[in-house]
Amino acid sequence: MKSLAAAIGLGTIVFAGAVAAEPPAGAVSCSGCHPSSARVTSPVLRLNGLDRAAIVKAMQDFRSGQRTGTVMDRIAKGFTDEEIQAIAAWYATQR
Amino acid sequence: MTTSRREFLRIGVAVSAGLLPLPAFGQAAPRVVIVGGGFAGASCARALRHTDGRIAVTLVEPNATFTACPFSNAVIGGLREISAQQFTYERVAADGITVTRANATAVDASARSVTLGNGARLAYDRLVLAPGIDIRWGALAGYDEAASTQMPHAWKAGEQTLLLRRQLEAMDDGGLVVISAPANPFRCPPGPYERASLIAHYLKTKKPKSKLIVLDAKDAFSKQRLFQSAWAELYPGLLEWVPLSKGGKVISVDPATRTLVTDFGRHQAKVANVIPPQKAGHIAEVAGVADRSGWCPIDPVTFESKLQPGIHVIGDAAIAGAMPKSAFAANSQAKTCAAAVATLLAGATPSSPKLINTCYSLVAPDYGISVAGVYQPTGGQLADVPGAGGVSPAEAPRGARAAEAVLAEAWFRTITSGVFG
Repeated sequence: MKSLAAAIGLGTIVFAGAVAAEPPAGAVSCSGCHPSSARVTSPVLRLNGLDRAAIVKAMQDFRSGQRTGTVMDRIAKGFTDEEIQAIAAWYATQR
Repeated sequence: MTTSRREFLRIGVAVSAGLLPLPAFGQAAPRVVIVGGGFAGASCARALRHTDGRIAVTLVEPNATFTACPFSNAVIGGLREISAQQFTYERVAADGITVTRANATAVDASARSVTLGNGARLAYDRLVLAPGIDIRWGALAGYDEAASTQMPHAWKAGEQTLLLRRQLEAMDDGGLVVISAPANPFRCPPGPYERASLIAHYLKTKKPKSKLIVLDAKDAFSKQRLFQSAWAELYPGLLEWVPLSKGGKVISVDPATRTLVTDFGRHQAKVANVIPPQKAGHIAEVAGVADRSGWCPIDPVTFESKLQPGIHVIGDAAIAGAMPKSAFAANSQAKTCAAAVATLLAGATPSSPKLINTCYSLVAPDYGISVAGVYQPTGGQLADVPGAGGVSPAEAPRGARAAEAVLAEAWFRTITSGVFG
């Protein structure tokens, strides 16, 4: 198979690596409440394309209790700093 | 990411032009068949297509229209029309998913094929079963399919929902309404209590001399303190909950007289809503992925069956540890499973996920409460992440309850848009 790839000019690409990267842990669940589509009317913020640092700060503030949430205070407590960083970086790149 | 997006796109173009095979599947694109077009199945189909457009995704679903269970209690309570619960698969199909309107009748796990009602066979590389629940007819003495036309369960939304509503509308003021709630596990743990609340709201506003009794096979239930405190405030003297320890467990029913029998007595109802014991949808049993409990044990990272390789189970049918059988959980599992399936098809190992659940319940049209949880694989099960999750505060101003009712409706619009819109 690699030889076929080489033959048509894709060089050393490994097929197993050709799948899209998995979203970071937890990220896909956010769209249960945060609309993916801009067409949905909701008081809940759309995360796609938001500033990474803003998402991180919101999550940290919900987690620490600095910011009161309806459910986000309860949900943010389930995520580590590293996980929050990864989710924020991922949403910042989503359209 | 081991491959840049540009490289990924180049390969995508090459494959769509038929030049490149995927590693494990010869010349063809990998095939994923998904059985069941609810919050789990339809979400998984779309998430798979979005994750990797090279995967050929077929969604097998017998109904042209999906009728959503969340908010169907508001239909029963006369607050909402059933049309607001109904969705088609047009947008799902427009994503490039083959939507096959059929029943799946058999699964051959070793040959990796699904048989449809018309005898056609669909070959798959990975199968995702999202069949929801089936009623265990006969598990409650006297409650068979015919009985459900007299004493509706209304636990699969649609005609049953409307039947229960019509019965309530036809009842004279002063009638007795009885709900029978099952033992765990069952679809939508707070559902019977939201239903009791919204029926109580209907009775209070339209038929105030009536009474509602909830006969329960349990001593505890989801968001119990919040429900009970709201009931005391909103529906005093109208709604009575009878737990297991006070004789609440219904042991038989008589549909001809709408009578529910417990160890302690008989309740002859004008309207009886029997929420019966349940199990994973039939195809799970046929495919050999359900265990003796009637539900499906799964790997908490990939949702692959612990009983049959190559078959994943998501949504209400799965034994998902601490995760409840809810639409939100089904959607979260579906998207997590889709990512894992795409990774497995590429020959890689899925990483450990985190999942979320949020369930809103309406106690009145302007009074919402919620429970939330975060979950991760721990010791082979999906377990609560310690310190996270929980229910709405016990003490809160009515404004906060009203805000949660607004969020509940926003949640419904968002999730149904993601799944069907």
